[in-house]
Amino acid sequence: MLELVLFSLLNGLVFATLLFMLSSGLTLIFGMMGVLNFAHAGFYMLGAYFAYTLTGYLGFWPALVVAPLLVGLLGAAVERYGLRRVHRFGHLAELIFTFGVAVVIEEVVQLAWGRTAKSYEVPALLDFPLFRLFRTSFPAYKAFMLLVSVGIFVFLFAILTRTRAGLIIQASLTHPGMVAMLGHDVPRVFMLVFGTGSALAGLAGVIAGPVLGTFPGMAQVLGTIVFVVVVIGGLGSLTGAFAASLLIAIVQTFAVALDVSLSSALATVGLRMSAGGMLQDLWKVTIAQVAPIMPYLLLVLILVVRPTGLFGTRET
Amino acid sequence: MSRAKSVFIGTLTLALVASLASGVTPADPIRIGYVDPLSGPFAATGENGLKQFRFAADAINRAGGVLGRQIEIVPFDNKVSPQESLIQLKKVIGEGIHFVFQGNSSGVAHAISDAVLKHNERNADNRILYLNYSAVDPALTNEKCHFWHFRFDAHADMKMAALTDVIKANTKIRKIYIIGQDYSFGKAVAEAAVSMLGKKRPDIQIVGNELHPIGKVKDFSPYVQKIIASGADAVITGNWGADMVNLAKGANEAGLKAPFYTYYAASDGVTAAIGAAGVDRIRLVHESHPGNPSPPKMVGDYIAAYKKLNPNNDINQPRIHTGLNMLVLAIKRAGTTDVDKVAMALEGMEWTTLSGDHVVMRKDDHQLLMPIYISVHTNKSITYDYDNSGFGLSLESKVEREMATQPAACKMDRPT
Repeated sequence: MLELVLFSLLNGLVFATLLFMLSSGLTLIFGMMGVLNFAHAGFYMLGAYFAYTLTGYLGFWPALVVAPLLVGLLGAAVERYGLRRVHRFGHLAELIFTFGVAVVIEEVVQLAWGRTAKSYEVPALLDFPLFRLFRTSFPAYKAFMLLVSVGIFVFLFAILTRTRAGLIIQASLTHPGMVAMLGHDVPRVFMLVFGTGSALAGLAGVIAGPVLGTFPGMAQVLGTIVFVVVVIGGLGSLTGAFAASLLIAIVQTFAVALDVSLSSALATVGLRMSAGGMLQDLWKVTIAQVAPIMPYLLLVLILVVRPTGLFGTRET
Repeated sequence: MSRAKSVFIGTLTLALVASLASGVTPADPIRIGYVDPLSGPFAATGENGLKQFRFAADAINRAGGVLGRQIEIVPFDNKVSPQESLIQLKKVIGEGIHFVFQGNSSGVAHAISDAVLKHNERNADNRILYLNYSAVDPALTNEKCHFWHFRFDAHADMKMAALTDVIKANTKIRKIYIIGQDYSFGKAVAEAAVSMLGKKRPDIQIVGNELHPIGKVKDFSPYVQKIIASGADAVITGNWGADMVNLAKGANEAGLKAPFYTYYAASDGVTAAIGAAGVDRIRLVHESHPGNPSPPKMVGDYIAAYKKLNPNNDINQPRIHTGLNMLVLAIKRAGTTDVDKVAMALEGMEWTTLSGDHVVMRKDDHQLLMPIYISVHTNKSITYDYDNSGFGLSLESKVEREMATQPAACKMDRPT
């Protein structure tokens, strides 16, 4: 039991930090521009594909640096030459624009790399079990993922709260007009944040590609869940994104481990369900079986109870 | 509503145009639809299947085709979604195609089978024949059987009977964990495993019976963790495509040492994912000689010729060769592409597969009766590997056709 809890916790943590890397960029961009960036998961996918191709030429380690940079540049370009122009037509236009970019990215990826999954593998240097506890081993690559994600989190937090640039970004989030009056180039700040957010998503793709698979549907798989994270955490809140990532990852990982169904839960308090009956399937569904929809259940619950999200300040 | 209507009318018009345009000149190829995933998590399986169909078709065409006509495989991407499959089936009908192969996912197979039955009952003059080369839910040839469905793969119960015989002989196994995809096939595997193990080895404890969403789970670590926690000393799974690749990855990462008894743990990326960790540990039940060790000459030549054209793919479904050749022979014997007559010709048809096995299409339920092979994942004496990984399947045991046959439980109405 201890083994199950411990390793579920570790796996949950790895997934949580990955989710955070994706959602931090998304929530910052939203906080700043008031637009949900549908293309965000697309940048995550591009990160994985760039890294896959670059690994063939440069090896994994250079790719780890170059791929996110490329994705960041692309993100900045999308903001500079696309989003900025669309901005004056209002939020709806921006929303549709990012949606369009997401579709374009997915199609381009399919054109360039094909529709089947790519064999983007864990680098040989990290392809060994880090430690073995009881009967389970923990792969070194997952520890590496954890390390990179935590490093990024600390770095991001330090920049936002300890540096002058962070100060300006934070100010631009809430008072863009005032910051511009003080002589700062707010559009450039927007572009930088959008680029950095995209680069972070790209980095998440680079390190998640070997574990979660590199295929054209990978953006969709994580895309929806990242929105859930951002909404639960509170739109625009970095702390919220972190808390929500942890919450969702842990809930999802542990839900798989629970074989409890409604009928077995009722049985423990002395109620027996008849074996037949119309709803018998419903009673027998275990929590493990509904694990993948748990985040969405949580989303609905949060929206009903606290529409601003856990740490948010404005209504979603 | 009005949109659906216009689409429907559009389809009808297309069908009309197509039926006017095709089938007039004898030089026109006989078109055969292939409805399977060509995108999404199961695309690797679908793409490789398509290549194997085209390879088999090319050989038939080189030998002169059938009725003086060539055959042509026309792909339709169904994204393994039953809804999408029905749309694609409409397209198939619209293009005037009368023969449809599909295999990936029994969920899809049920949808197509139902739709084909309904279509054929309503359109006696424009029928289609559904040739199922891989969807192995037993219900398709039992309670849901009908005249226009033929299956060229052993169904889940036939395979499970063979697997449980192997498990029965292994006295070291005391606890078994069953994990599968949450749909008709995964459930059929689990049910068959529980009932057959109950009869053959009542001492074995089923320590887990898990269904996970199909094609949605990317990281299997939580599931593998649960298997380890259950103390299972063997795992049974019907997983295929990305779900098998990722399950194998998760098991390797966590260092799960229990043997696996599987339906589809080979090729299309799975063999490469299992790698060295699975040697002599992963077993697979299938329908043909795996090519190692010392394959029948026909099998070896066929694999070698295919690899020459498709160096990155493997012959992992020889039943495609069987199914397509049996259809072509049926067309030849019927002397026409009339669906009912071809179906009549297929009933009871005998065929010798690449492995040299005599297989029979049983008239009662349209299930191909065939021997069953059990092979193990290894890198020892492998001539024909999978995924160019150096690992492949090596034959361990074979259950002869007579032993592998299960009673038919189908009552079908035949056209008069």
